[in-house]
Amino acid sequence: MILNASGCLDALIAPKVARSLDVYVAKTITPQPRLGNPQPRLAETDFGMLNSIGLQNPGVERFCAEVLPRLEELEMPFWVSVGGANAGDYALICERIGERKSVAALELNLSCPNVDPAAAAAAEIVAACRAVSGKPLYAKLSPHLPDVAEVALNVIEAGASGLSLVNSLRGLVLDEWTLEPRLARAVGGYSGAAMRPVALAAVFLCYQATKGTVPIVGMGGVESGKQALDLIAAGASAVALGSVLFGDLEAPERVRTELEQEARARGFERPGEARGAAHRPSAA
Amino acid sequence: MASPRRERRRISGSERVGLYTLLRLERGTLEAGLPGQFFMLDVPGHVMPRPFSTCLAERGELAFLINPVGPATRVLCELERGQKIGVFGPLGNGFRTDVKRPLLVGGGIGIAPFPYVVQVMGNPPVVLGFRTSRQAEAAALVPKAEVCIEPKLVTEFIPDDPMDILACGPEPMLHAVHALVPGAQLAWEAPMACGFGACYGCAIEFEGKSLRLCVEGPVLNGRPPVLPLVIDEEDEATA
Repeated sequence: MILNASGCLDALIAPKVARSLDVYVAKTITPQPRLGNPQPRLAETDFGMLNSIGLQNPGVERFCAEVLPRLEELEMPFWVSVGGANAGDYALICERIGERKSVAALELNLSCPNVDPAAAAAAEIVAACRAVSGKPLYAKLSPHLPDVAEVALNVIEAGASGLSLVNSLRGLVLDEWTLEPRLARAVGGYSGAAMRPVALAAVFLCYQATKGTVPIVGMGGVESGKQALDLIAAGASAVALGSVLFGDLEAPERVRTELEQEARARGFERPGEARGAAHRPSAA
Repeated sequence: MASPRRERRRISGSERVGLYTLLRLERGTLEAGLPGQFFMLDVPGHVMPRPFSTCLAERGELAFLINPVGPATRVLCELERGQKIGVFGPLGNGFRTDVKRPLLVGGGIGIAPFPYVVQVMGNPPVVLGFRTSRQAEAAALVPKAEVCIEPKLVTEFIPDDPMDILACGPEPMLHAVHALVPGAQLAWEAPMACGFGACYGCAIEFEGKSLRLCVEGPVLNGRPPVLPLVIDEEDEATA
């Protein structure tokens, strides 16, 4: 299953690209509108880029009134990413959006590197959302967690249905002459090729901790089918494409084809059969 | 309305214009779009493409004016004839050129879209401001322009009776023009990762609204596309 990482594709502008995914994940919505962070918000760096968007979004009311109906018209499965400052914020959106039949799942963004950290612990937020919504809830976790597997177990215990691993990693880029930060907010979220081993480790550890019993969306620097297969072998049941979509709108189709070929080349009839291959005794 | 396409195009020439480089590409089936619209150019060895407004749209060719301010723009300036790069566009909103009393106001590398604007409008009055006389050599691209060099500022050339201003330049210049002529068409610049509204990297605050320069700009108060931007992957032929 191939998804987009939240915030890396706008289905209303690129509907055919969104339909070429198995599921489209909308950009994070917060209770109130957010104008986002000041310019500059982007800076290229070694092997990737930094972003500092700051969860710019129209707020849940305008999202429900103006964006959701248009997403529904596209007639494709989609998830909505949910953000906020505290458990109440997340629960408010889950309640508001969770009643819409069209929304297949909610992804709880517990890990945006560009806004002030959520005051509540991840498990508390998940529990508050679970209390108001029967939808599948995916907890999107940060690569900064000292023990991602422990947090994964906590959020599953609190009612999460699955995990999204991982969000971007905090990074800094300096101007080559002034030596000042290139981003207005100095530190931003790093995405790109160097995220691959980071994401792989998080997926591997969470799959191990949950004994392969929960769905895991693996993401971080995936550009090819082989890189997607690595995440599946580490324990992902689905793979999300992030910054590769900025420059390659054909990436979903290409990665899917490559993934099938790479899986077959290793004796798996379907890519899903490779799930957890990295954990088998023969691979240890 | 030109629909954006992503193609690989051959460099047909590269020439220095003062401190800047005019990079010429074979146009192929790419449409030039409206003056003020832009293309994303892939940069060999770099992850992020870079946005450039169309500088010249001559027969069979598209040209972009590049200021080598960083590693990626230096790579683009050093590309040689025959090399191929990925190009995606035309994107964004262009200038309204059907205005009655036009005055083009440019600052520094903000001259970039004007040769194409002048080509379309047929020699409207132009005033260009530069920091140094070396930088001002780029004014050769707009032969009839009035040129001023700091400390003289382009805003001093804007008459009390405002004309239809089309402006492109550094942010302080655009703010100054906007303060003098609130209805001026202003071409802004910001780093972009995608060019089609997905990443929100280029959003700026303008008159209380947050606008994505790639979709709602880069020309504000300009001419919006006839249809809202929809990237149609069937149009995405790769050459």
